[in-house]
Amino acid sequence: MSEKEIKNLEEIFEARIARDDKIEPKDWMPEKYRKTHIRQISQHAHSEVVGMLPEGNWITRAPSLRRKAALLAKVQDEGGHGLYLYSAAETLGISREEMYEQLHSGKAKYSSIFNYPSITWADIGAIGWLVDGAAIINQVALCGTSFGPYARAMVRICKEESFHQRQGYEIMLTLSRGTEEQKAMAQDALNRWWWPSLMMFGPRDEDSPHTAQSMKWKLKRKTNDELRQQFVDQTVPQADILGISVPDPDLKFNSETGHYEFGEINWDEFWQVVKGHGPCNKERMEARVGAWEGGAWVRDAAMAYAEKQEKRKVAKAS
Amino acid sequence: MKKEWPLWEVFVRSKNGLEHRHFGSLHAADAEMALENARDVYTRRSEGVSIWVVESKYITASNPEDNGELFEPAQDKVYRHPTFYDLPDEVKHM
Amino acid sequence: MKNQDLYKYVLGVADNSLILGQRLGELCGHGPNLETDIALTNIALDLFGQTRSYYQYAAKLEGNGKTEDDVAMLRLERDYKNVLLVEQPNTHFGHVIARQYLFDVFHYQLMTALLNSNDETLAAIAAKSIKEVSYHKRFSGDWLKRLGDGTEESHEKMQEAIDHYWPYTDELFDMTESDVKMAAEGIGVDVSEFKESYYKEVSDLLEEATLEVPANPYFKKGGKEGIHSEHMGYILTELQYMQRTYPNMTW
Repeated sequence: MSEKEIKNLEEIFEARIARDDKIEPKDWMPEKYRKTHIRQISQHAHSEVVGMLPEGNWITRAPSLRRKAALLAKVQDEGGHGLYLYSAAETLGISREEMYEQLHSGKAKYSSIFNYPSITWADIGAIGWLVDGAAIINQVALCGTSFGPYARAMVRICKEESFHQRQGYEIMLTLSRGTEEQKAMAQDALNRWWWPSLMMFGPRDEDSPHTAQSMKWKLKRKTNDELRQQFVDQTVPQADILGISVPDPDLKFNSETGHYEFGEINWDEFWQVVKGHGPCNKERMEARVGAWEGGAWVRDAAMAYAEKQEKRKVAKAS
Repeated sequence: MKKEWPLWEVFVRSKNGLEHRHFGSLHAADAEMALENARDVYTRRSEGVSIWVVESKYITASNPEDNGELFEPAQDKVYRHPTFYDLPDEVKHM
Repeated sequence: MKNQDLYKYVLGVADNSLILGQRLGELCGHGPNLETDIALTNIALDLFGQTRSYYQYAAKLEGNGKTEDDVAMLRLERDYKNVLLVEQPNTHFGHVIARQYLFDVFHYQLMTALLNSNDETLAAIAAKSIKEVSYHKRFSGDWLKRLGDGTEESHEKMQEAIDHYWPYTDELFDMTESDVKMAAEGIGVDVSEFKESYYKEVSDLLEEATLEVPANPYFKKGGKEGIHSEHMGYILTELQYMQRTYPNMTW
């Protein structure tokens, strides 16, 4: 294809996105669109799968059978969501194994929030309430993204996730209405998860070079800072209902703008965790690599068995 | 590097009377496993009463580049639609 | 309590599901791939769902305002009546499948018989559970065949797992004092009657999976009497952690 032809195709492509046409896997797309989508969708999938670990950590210790079943179902959902997203990325010509390799080698990123440890039961509440709350804000926006398989995966995920945040908040509510020890546990969890949750929206807009391109492709519908503001605005009143306080001395409501003003994020910590030096980066990767490598003989066996069965079928037929 | 499990497409009938609809895909080593995995992955919330699975490689898909010749010729065949025919309002049941 | 034997009988059935569910719960997020991870979690969820029904019933039998969680989480180790089989660790995926299949075949027999229990609650739980357990058996049986008749490595691992778990199977058919009484009243089931058909079914599948039926005639038992393996204390440490550390709270 000549440069002029490509340029022409690109114009048609951008126009399609501008008028809210969906792009499907076999459609022509600019190489950069394909690569950016593989990167973002696989990163999203990795986040779901790594995200199973901090919560999975509490399945055997959940304080009641009801909570245990709900938590197990939630963590399982995250595995399912990872699966939907890997499938969406696979339509762009990358295999799940390749994506795993990128994750395991550190080439692919996942949400940094999962590099924080879940050390008390209240953390399970805080993760559901804050982390899922932040994730939903991102994901709802993505239901209208331009790439069809990604948008469809997001619609299914949003539908299934609606119980996740509620179960987290319900845990927090129960704690905050409980004994002094339980209230303290809830406050402590909010103290530790608040700032990392705000970091989930990524760097400040001025430090986020891909924002303009992502907005154009509807991979983003709002900027990082806009989404972060939305999260703070909706979450602070929820903390008030719980009767626990957000650990930010600069937090105050601005009645003129109708928004909360909040303090500065510790960006050194943000970059430290992103670069792999958070509290649990190493443990998370060891768990993922361990499961994958430890499962290799199982996957091979299933393939070998399937091939044998196929041969037997053919032999029988002939 | 060993061979990895192939990709399968999953179609689910959500209740009797409705058609099977494409739900998504998954990996499985054989058809039986694909069916079981589809049950575990895609019908966790009672979404289905029947499942079809087919290995993705057996699906032949039309090419978007052919969309012009495949689909546009149908666009001007308005006489295939009932609204093409003018009838007076007093004619009922038609 | 009105019926101590019935209470014990219910626990005997329920504890197997609870402890096996705990073991499967440990695996969530660590399966050999996503699809299998999700499938195993479904089995764990089925088992926990069953335990809740049983423990709600047991709590009602015990009276004095006890809840399902009190019954599930606040007993002493000697008062848990699960078989030794289900408390064994997830050494590798072959062990998980061997443990599961050897339990599922028995579990299915038990639920089939419990459908005819004179006790309406137990019969109702069995009616719901049997569909779940039927699927568990299909899942674990299919995997047993894949691993047994897969690669050389998987064959060896699966044989080792079956050999390892075989000595735990005989206990499934032991009858405790309460079991005998409950079976006589038509509430419980005489599990000793299942033995022959159990070994027949298991042996047939092992053969299909190209695995040897272990000849080892030495069996381990004790769980049904509350005498567990060394693993049990650790399982309970996790299961009971919150309830023991923060007594009398609502979660």
